Amino acid sequence: MSLIFDKSIESRRAVRTSASDVPTSINIKAELLREKSAEMPQLSELDVVRHFTELSRRNFGVDTNFYPLGSCTMKYNPKVCERIASYPGFTHIHPLLPQLRIGGMLTQGALQVIYESDMLLREITGMDGFTTQPMAGAHGELTGIMIIAAYHKDKGNKKTKILIPDSGHGTNPASAAIAGYTVVPVPSNKDGFMDIDAVKKVLDDDVAGLMLTCPNTLGLFNPHIKELCDLIHSVDGLAYYDGANLNAIVGKARPGDFGFDIVHLNLHKTFATPHGGGGPGAGPVGVKKHLTDFLPIAVVVKRNDGTYALEYDREKSIGYIAPFYGNFLVVLKAYVYILMLGKEGLKAVAESAVLNANYIKEKLKGAYKVAHDQICMHECVLTITKDMEEKHIRALDIAKALIDKGFHPPTIYFPTIVHESMMIEPTETESKETIDEFINAMLDIAKQAQENPEALKAAPVNAFVCRPDEVAAAKNLDVASL
Amino acid sequence: MPFIANTALQQQQMLAEIGLTMDDLFSDIPADMMCKDFNLPSGMSEQQVRNHLAELAGKNSTDLTCFLGGGFYDHFIPAAIYSLISRSEFYTAYTPYQPELAQGTLQAVYEYQSAICRLCDMEVSNASLYDGGTAIYEAMMMAIRQTRRNKVIVDDSVNPIYRVMLKSYSNNLNIGFEETENVNGLSNREQILAKIDSDTAAVILQNPNFFGCVDDFTDIAKAIHEKGALLIVSCYPIALGILKTPGQMDADIVVGEGQSLGMPMSFGGPYLGFMATRKKFIRKMPGRIVGRTTDANGKEAFVLTLQAREQHIRRDKATSNICSNEALCALTALVYLSLMGKEGLKETAQLCADKASYAYKRLTSIGSVEPHFKAKWFFNEFVIDLPCEAADVIAKLIEKGFAAGFPLSRYYNGMDNSMLICVTEKRSKQEIGMLAEALEAVL
Repeated sequence: MSLIFDKSIESRRAVRTSASDVPTSINIKAELLREKSAEMPQLSELDVVRHFTELSRRNFGVDTNFYPLGSCTMKYNPKVCERIASYPGFTHIHPLLPQLRIGGMLTQGALQVIYESDMLLREITGMDGFTTQPMAGAHGELTGIMIIAAYHKDKGNKKTKILIPDSGHGTNPASAAIAGYTVVPVPSNKDGFMDIDAVKKVLDDDVAGLMLTCPNTLGLFNPHIKELCDLIHSVDGLAYYDGANLNAIVGKARPGDFGFDIVHLNLHKTFATPHGGGGPGAGPVGVKKHLTDFLPIAVVVKRNDGTYALEYDREKSIGYIAPFYGNFLVVLKAYVYILMLGKEGLKAVAESAVLNANYIKEKLKGAYKVAHDQICMHECVLTITKDMEEKHIRALDIAKALIDKGFHPPTIYFPTIVHESMMIEPTETESKETIDEFINAMLDIAKQAQENPEALKAAPVNAFVCRPDEVAAAKNLDVASL
Repeated sequence: MPFIANTALQQQQMLAEIGLTMDDLFSDIPADMMCKDFNLPSGMSEQQVRNHLAELAGKNSTDLTCFLGGGFYDHFIPAAIYSLISRSEFYTAYTPYQPELAQGTLQAVYEYQSAICRLCDMEVSNASLYDGGTAIYEAMMMAIRQTRRNKVIVDDSVNPIYRVMLKSYSNNLNIGFEETENVNGLSNREQILAKIDSDTAAVILQNPNFFGCVDDFTDIAKAIHEKGALLIVSCYPIALGILKTPGQMDADIVVGEGQSLGMPMSFGGPYLGFMATRKKFIRKMPGRIVGRTTDANGKEAFVLTLQAREQHIRRDKATSNICSNEALCALTALVYLSLMGKEGLKETAQLCADKASYAYKRLTSIGSVEPHFKAKWFFNEFVIDLPCEAADVIAKLIEKGFAAGFPLSRYYNGMDNSMLICVTEKRSKQEIGMLAEALEAVL
């Protein structure tokens, strides 16, 4: 399909700009102007609409296909959230308004949304204060690590290391490193958990904190989680909860009760805001009482007269991590979602998500190897069987074969501690019928692996493209049409 | 339950088939760690929640005539944008890890990268960053990696909101910050050149700058390069419809806030951080990059490329921790630029400049109002001095229905009476006239 630039026809127009009602004055000297116009496409509105509609049809989304991408919680994104986020009362507010005198009174509705989201997230996670500013999960991690640094600085602690299990998301070590810490990877034990003895071995006074995903990236809940938090606290370290997998326990249990000091949540996972093909997301960060002073500026507070205000005067704060209040419309969508589900609904989310994952695991056991054969939480990790390995079938081949059958593949090759891993997260919004179809497709593929492995290697054959040449893409870099 | 598919009966069937109970499924969580009761409200119906949120939306004032800018702008947004970005094949997709079923997202990102390069006159762009502020931070870190130096010079005409962000992010890092003080609204060449040394990784400048003044950094770029440092330029994409580009000025890394490209102001987000650079620096650039290649049958295909820079491969050695970015906002910007087209973009920029120029003349014709800077050239924002405190005047003008501007005293010492005024193509001659009359009346 041609690039939009290649469809351009000289002088064709989509948008007509309004005629000017002021005198045209050359108010900027020529040397400060660009030599030639930026070469944007010249197209009609219909040309543009057709182009992007056609592009959209070359995508799988949750609305078009089952999307069991492990660790990504690709649940249904309710349409009412999109509708509400398009209300002009939310979209048409300038972010600087509250910085004007009396301006805060003109944004009371928006401030109330942020304040109440903070309160709801506190209760859901068992924390004592939230910032809704981080604009993605990794941004939340960085904010959390900055809070850890500020805490130690305040106490006069000189600490340099962050412990992270080898099964953790890649963003964990990356966030800790760019915040100035040395990352100490801790190996997992044979059950796939962060090994307590291994932690003890590396634990010393230099350890500033520990970053953990719970349940972990194998979809397993570590029953010794409290012990790990206690261990880290014994050297005045802080325990950080990566909330990517909160969908497994939402409405049932709270990281704050496990002993964690800091959490980040991915609103675009557990709280049903859309992923947008790679953002915008939101990664609010919650902290326990002893850390609330360090939260970023500004914090929304409720005054005695019932009005809402932004508090800027925060001496110990880590400062400004976003220009304003974060991805406000994303927070708004999550707020709507939480209000609609309520207490009972949130509990049902975790139960249904965990049941769906276990159902898939049990039904595929045998045809595939289960990485850790025990009850899993919201996702399960499978790997290839010995037979498949002998026929040189890889997780990649199974993933590509699923595309031909109309399913988005699971996450593959992560967690890296499992050989040829396939991480399947169905979420609670998928029905038994859809899940059964997926199971049947997976069983078919396993059969095909035995009978016709060559065909699997050629998959996908029904997609818009076959396997792209990624090596050539990196070697002969073509990243822009100029 | 809303949004949960399986009925209670189906769940019982599924549990029976796998021989487990619901309690079994959660048995790995120690009993004392289960939460007995949540203090959360009961669920609302769609009708209830829409009523509630309509009420909250009504508590936000949207009828002020907006002359407020400061890096975040009230531009016109064509209707087709919302229709296209609301295609759920785009917005319910994840990051395009599986290229065969994400060619739509991938080609759009490639086109977006191309559009950003064309706009800035640069060679490569990434798929997006969170916002204009984190984009400057990422550019700073990239320059530090590229040069292996750790000093950064920032002129105070760079958006003060972004400057405080840079300081926050660098708190725990070994980065030497030096700020230079603008001269008459333009970057301070003398101070910048005096401060650059063999430790300097980058100089960060903005055009048009926070005061709306337009500059040409070609001379500074030359001096910076002679010292082996990099020039980072933050820019306003609409202004690039007519202004000399950072590429023409020989900037090394170009960043900016892309909100003005078709995104509503939305109380601060979601917005779009963009970044472009020279091809030779691409391996140090943070974020996703989409490349064009071919598939097994020789057909054109798009993929995420150079992933070895990224956190999911390189972990603590990655160029950044960024994973989710602002893909749908990047798509919005691409659709906006496609709809405006070559001429529409230029006309919009010209309209902004013309209307601002008219407003400047109209407002400074008021006896007690003076232009603050001697710098002559501005794009669509300018600073005026009032005979009294700007914050007071702005508060009075809110009561008259105007978000008249921003009081510079909030971020700059000695500018108590100065006000930053922004005029976009949406403002009419009549509205400018009404603002002038209202301002005259409250002075």
